[in-house]
Amino acid sequence: MEKEIKTFTVSIYTENNIGLLNRISAIFQRRHINIESLNSSVSEIEGVYRFTILINVTETQIKKIIGQIDKQIEVIKAYYHNEDDTVYQESCLFKIKSSLLFDDRQIQNIIKDSNARIVTVNKQFFVIEKSGRRKEIDSLYDKLNEYGIMQFVRSGAIAITKEPMNISEILSEFKN
Amino acid sequence: MNNTKKISGSEAVVKCLIAEGIEIIYGYPGGAIMPVYDELYKYEDQIHHVLTRHEQGATHSAQGFARISGKVGVAIATSGPGATNLVTGLADAQIDSTPMVCITGQVSSNLLGSDAFQETDIVGISTPVTKWNHQVTKASDIPKVLAKAFYIAKSGRPGPVLIDITKDAQFELLDFNYKKVTGIRSYKPIPKLDTTSLDLAADLINKSIKPMIVWGQGVILAEAENEFKKFVEKTGIPAAWTIMGVSAIPTSHPLNVGMVGMHGNYAPNMLTNECDLLIAIGMRFDDRVTGNLDKYAKQAKIIHFEIDPAEIDKNVKVDVSVLGDAKESLSKILPLLKTRTHNSWLVKFKELYDIEYDSVIKDDLFPTKDGLTMGEVLKEINTYTKGNAAIVSDVGQHQMIACRYANFNKSRSNITSGGLGTMGFALPAAIGAKMACPEREVVAVIGDGGFQMTIQELGTIFQSKVPVKIVVLNNSFLGMVRQWQQLFFEKRYASTEMVNPDFTAIAKGYYIKSKKVSKREELSSAVEEMINSKDSFFLEVVVEKEANVFPMIQSGASVSEIRLK
Repeated sequence: MEKEIKTFTVSIYTENNIGLLNRISAIFQRRHINIESLNSSVSEIEGVYRFTILINVTETQIKKIIGQIDKQIEVIKAYYHNEDDTVYQESCLFKIKSSLLFDDRQIQNIIKDSNARIVTVNKQFFVIEKSGRRKEIDSLYDKLNEYGIMQFVRSGAIAITKEPMNISEILSEFKN
Repeated sequence: MNNTKKISGSEAVVKCLIAEGIEIIYGYPGGAIMPVYDELYKYEDQIHHVLTRHEQGATHSAQGFARISGKVGVAIATSGPGATNLVTGLADAQIDSTPMVCITGQVSSNLLGSDAFQETDIVGISTPVTKWNHQVTKASDIPKVLAKAFYIAKSGRPGPVLIDITKDAQFELLDFNYKKVTGIRSYKPIPKLDTTSLDLAADLINKSIKPMIVWGQGVILAEAENEFKKFVEKTGIPAAWTIMGVSAIPTSHPLNVGMVGMHGNYAPNMLTNECDLLIAIGMRFDDRVTGNLDKYAKQAKIIHFEIDPAEIDKNVKVDVSVLGDAKESLSKILPLLKTRTHNSWLVKFKELYDIEYDSVIKDDLFPTKDGLTMGEVLKEINTYTKGNAAIVSDVGQHQMIACRYANFNKSRSNITSGGLGTMGFALPAAIGAKMACPEREVVAVIGDGGFQMTIQELGTIFQSKVPVKIVVLNNSFLGMVRQWQQLFFEKRYASTEMVNPDFTAIAKGYYIKSKKVSKREELSSAVEEMINSKDSFFLEVVVEKEANVFPMIQSGASVSEIRLK
């Protein structure tokens, strides 16, 4: 079982420090592990940042990687989760020729059915935004691709865990 | 309360070092670090700066200083090439958990990223080989960043820290107020000891029939030598060491059963695969220790005493992990342990030792053939130092022989490049060790290859009058690589034969007393003369060219497949 490669979400709570991204990514690079997606943002705690990284590895590997990340000085805590343990979303943008919106009504149905949103429209192009799971975004991509996509970009996944994170407790422990 | 006055960033650097109790630093000046050197000049009565001949030498000297004393070693260099020359020492200190702070100058902050003269991204470069690193661009950050650097380098599992300081930050003025760091909220140096794991471990130990201890440098780093000795003596368990752990208890201790690993002793390697309980203390199951992991101690329960949670199950899956500082863990487990002896089990170690003695050790130490052996040189060193010296070595055949045969009475006496295997480590490391502990005899044992990698540090020994003793075991080969070529590459000696210079002439060039020995009858008196010398002394011993180090566990083989020839 432990040899099975699965997708894991790594959540890392950190101090904001220049160079920390380099330090964390070096841990993956050294083990020849591809980062599927990476996102960095503020967290629910002031002054604490949160990295969300998706990787495909075995459970044995992820445990060791978390150990290595966790021991970096400015990492407050690192966790890993299965897809089932998290609620996660990606976001993407499509740029499409405006004429298609009016010439081919079908494209409007695609947008509606996929719960995507038109962000902006002008004479030359319009932009669609879609948030969701990877599969939903892939499926929208396939449908729109038939009409021609001028530009496409997808964000890294962001994930919220179902279980509570005890970062505040870890930080308050330090004060005591 | 507010007794601060404005000083420059560079003066602050020096005052931080003084506040941390630093008395000796190693380094090499250059453009971007000149303001700090100017302050070092003013404070030379309080901090002794040792000019090495290369920045790599500065790092290894700082490492030697740290390894023998347990204090933080400090190395300082300029930007660009000065900084990149620190990388080998940083990597060596990282893998061998040596507390070291390196300070580098950097181009002014307005030039960062502009490919300025001697600009290099040393923070980026050194990230994977440092416990922590940081760039300072404001003078006001210097005290808190350096305080943090020393705290991180020394606490928990020690390691190297690099602080890069831009030149403008060195010139800028600040209100100096130094406060030592005692904690960082995102960093837990020592995991909390879990009493349940202690109970589980004690239970396994008390029940075991054929237990065996393998200890590493963690015992020394935690200053747990006394607790460890009590642990060994109360449980009566045979104890083997990694090369980083040796000297934590005296070599002569009756329960010391020798070295594990690739060129370790026969008994502890063989019996690793026979014991019913393996107790690992402050060691990390390096591949040179374990051989093939699929055939490593599979029959045994394994207990791992360890300070670094990331080491648990990293290489070997263990049954019980006792996280914490070895000193605390060992003292807390002691009352839970039964007083026992394991006499019949110890006999097994003795029997296997006798086999090793007959087929390897006897010929190493008391050779009957003409060529000098590395082993007999170590035997002579033991004779004249009485096991009280610190032995400093590089990597390779001479290192394995030094670790196998040197006698140690005192902890922190084996200073070698364990994890990284750095040629050129020994000579500068010996300088640092001798300066940290001038009262101790420090003998660098080096191969002819490694000696030439940092041979320029003879200049440091001469200029700073460091009375280290240097023994070069000259076989005119890169011996360990040659041994592998002989055993696994059908004697194709690709680029391993060395045509060497007259080493004693070079030593003479640096005004260091020197002697060359190539006959057995000259060896003993030469070693005696070296040890009795008040000044530094260089001894070249011409040893057998194509001798091999045995026992040996081949790459990919199991510890119990160790070969004696």
